[in-house]
Amino acid sequence: MTAMTAQEKNELPHTIQNRKAPIYLDYQATTPTDPRVVEKMLPFFSEQFGNPHSRSHFFGWEAEDAVEIAREQVASIIGANPKEVIFTSGATESNNLAIKGVAHFYKDKRNHIVTVVTEHKCVLDSCRHLEQEGFEVTYLPVKANGLIDLDLLRETVTDKTAIVSVMGVNNEIGVIQPLKEIGAICREKGAFFHTDCAQAVGKIPLDVEEMNIDLMSISGHKIYGPMGIGALYVRRRPRVRLVPMINGGGQERGMRSGTLPTPLCVGLGEACAIAEKEMGAENERLRRLRDRMYQSIVGRLPEVYLNGDLDQRIPGNLNISFAFVEGEGLMMGIKDLAVSSGSACTSASLEPSYVLRALGVEVEMAHTSLRIGFGRFTTEQEVDEAVECIIREVERLREMSPLWEMHNEGVDISSIEWAEH
Amino acid sequence: MTIYLDHNATTPVRPEAAEAVAAALTATGNPSSVHGAGRRARRTVEDARDSVAALVGARSEDVIFTSGGTEANNLALANAPKGGAEGPVFASAVEHVSVLQGTDNVFRVSVDGDGLIDLAELDACLKDALNRVEGGRALVSVMLANNETGVIQPIQRIAELVAEYDAVFHCDAVQAAGKLAIDFSALGCHMMSVSAHKIGGPPGIGALIVAPGHQATAAIRGGGQERSRRGGTENVPGIAGFGRAAEAAKTDIARMRDLADLRDRMEAEITAAAPDVKIFAKNSDRLANTSSLAMPGVSSETQVMAFDLDGIAVSAGAACSSGKVAPSHVLAAMGVDEDTIKSAIRVSLGWTTTAKDIDTFTAAWKGLYARIGGGSLAA
Repeated sequence: MTAMTAQEKNELPHTIQNRKAPIYLDYQATTPTDPRVVEKMLPFFSEQFGNPHSRSHFFGWEAEDAVEIAREQVASIIGANPKEVIFTSGATESNNLAIKGVAHFYKDKRNHIVTVVTEHKCVLDSCRHLEQEGFEVTYLPVKANGLIDLDLLRETVTDKTAIVSVMGVNNEIGVIQPLKEIGAICREKGAFFHTDCAQAVGKIPLDVEEMNIDLMSISGHKIYGPMGIGALYVRRRPRVRLVPMINGGGQERGMRSGTLPTPLCVGLGEACAIAEKEMGAENERLRRLRDRMYQSIVGRLPEVYLNGDLDQRIPGNLNISFAFVEGEGLMMGIKDLAVSSGSACTSASLEPSYVLRALGVEVEMAHTSLRIGFGRFTTEQEVDEAVECIIREVERLREMSPLWEMHNEGVDISSIEWAEH
Repeated sequence: MTIYLDHNATTPVRPEAAEAVAAALTATGNPSSVHGAGRRARRTVEDARDSVAALVGARSEDVIFTSGGTEANNLALANAPKGGAEGPVFASAVEHVSVLQGTDNVFRVSVDGDGLIDLAELDACLKDALNRVEGGRALVSVMLANNETGVIQPIQRIAELVAEYDAVFHCDAVQAAGKLAIDFSALGCHMMSVSAHKIGGPPGIGALIVAPGHQATAAIRGGGQERSRRGGTENVPGIAGFGRAAEAAKTDIARMRDLADLRDRMEAEITAAAPDVKIFAKNSDRLANTSSLAMPGVSSETQVMAFDLDGIAVSAGAACSSGKVAPSHVLAAMGVDEDTIKSAIRVSLGWTTTAKDIDTFTAAWKGLYARIGGGSLAA
């Protein structure tokens, strides 16, 4: 999605006062930066601009102090020591560094990697790249609720497994994997446990000690912090070693070189501090909003299906398929809502979400799914408006659908043998 | 108010760039999302890409955004052509550490006392590689201008040499961008690195420029962003700030003449007061803003501390490795003796620098020299 028509260019930008501004319900794609975070960051773009690696003057020291406070804030929310936190440019880099870095370092002893089919693309891409280099990779399936089978994991991890990478919270369906149980299995088998927690930090309690996590990827812009910054937790005892991807300068204990972007580090730290403080109350509020939306939709529309487990799920996510509705038509019809669909528009082609497909969701049902992401700034009024908009549009599309008509007449659609014509 | 003369380490963010960052920070949208919020973010990114491309005379589609100069240099090295064996990498001995340590097989080509690369040695290296590694194309990485001395390398002549051997040429333009007019399409290099926080943009964003027809594959994978050459959600505020800084820096290149005048006057006054001062690469073509100079007998640390007390921020060398104070590999490569290296500082001017700043620094330098200079190496 890079091309933009002239018309699209012209209609931009909307101002925040524009009453036609859509309701933002795509909190898993990116979150607004919390104004409190922005406020903390801005001075580091202007008067406190020093390079944190400058050792010879006040500007550098001031920047370094700010970076170290941020590091403590990040460490605190996951129960880590600040020395175990390294800053990166984002969760994609963290995931690449964790998986490829560990695999490359331990390749002579262990050449097996375990991950899950529903992981984020950057985890799967890193694993595929390692496969091309000769590593053996096992892609675990998931159950219909999106969670992994722990017995299957236990059977899969061997003394040749270098790293097991399982995400904390899925970006499309919001399900929470049993990290503590996975960590115990990995520890027992002597494999390192990496978890992509881009979507989990600040949404669920995380403790690297209790969960036996060895490496954890963290994102700024998914937790109301800025884009362009993330972190990787790397355990010190027992020590996890990795081959760095970005060299020269020796920053971040040699694991990640490059000048640290002070304002971004400060923003990530503040985002973590706010999340740590407010997670409990925020989750309660989001759960109420989420339930309100879900109950309204299933109460008023038949033939809608929730994708992914409802209980083992963060409160800020719904992923729903609407049967007998054409996916693109639905997206066009709910233009006033900024949501994401189950068709990932990565290239020009519309492919059904591989995550939904992994749950066993049919292609058609994947196409008619919506990912609705709630967050810190979502209001009850927005939820109510979104519900009305979705219900109105689904009903309108179904009224035009011959399949819906046949379904209502009692025809089993799946039994029809369609003729070629 | 402290006088900041360490612009080669990082520059204060220009107000217009800070404004663009702040505006993008308060907007929401992932550029890969198809809804309006996503498309607005996409537009911010693409507009900035145009501005960055314009700064260095490249096409917008040749700009790959990275997290900074170090990542851009690493990405360039990761895209060294692989021959029968790992293709050799030849870099000048004065390159930034992110090039010299960016990969294992970097061979350092000598520079002369003026900091200029030895073209005959590079020629011999390329010839040797051609004979040694069958079908192996080498990568040559030479910076446009040095971060410590400001010395400008003869890029066009290097490009011609590289072309003779069908090698690949990467140019680190992190310090040169915004200080020199750059025409990427005419320079003849395949890849070029730039960084935002050296031109008055925010830290945490940079770019690798890749020439048309030169294939670059991702080091950070997943997501398909940047035409699959760099995965990860784009740093929209950083990119927005980079774009605005690039526009401002392009306009400001005209002002470099004034900075050169200030720098030259400073060097002349210091030389008049202290005939034994050593100004490095004084006779070379240098960036207008950079001066590297040694106060004989006074250690770099003593100088930077003394100037810090005077409210002036300068540097003892490059601000890279956290905590490490290693003697400059740049000056060592130029054949400067160890004692002199240990008494060298870097003064780098920038968009905030005034004539009064330079007068204050010059007076402070002369004062320190009069108090403790000229003797044996101070503590």
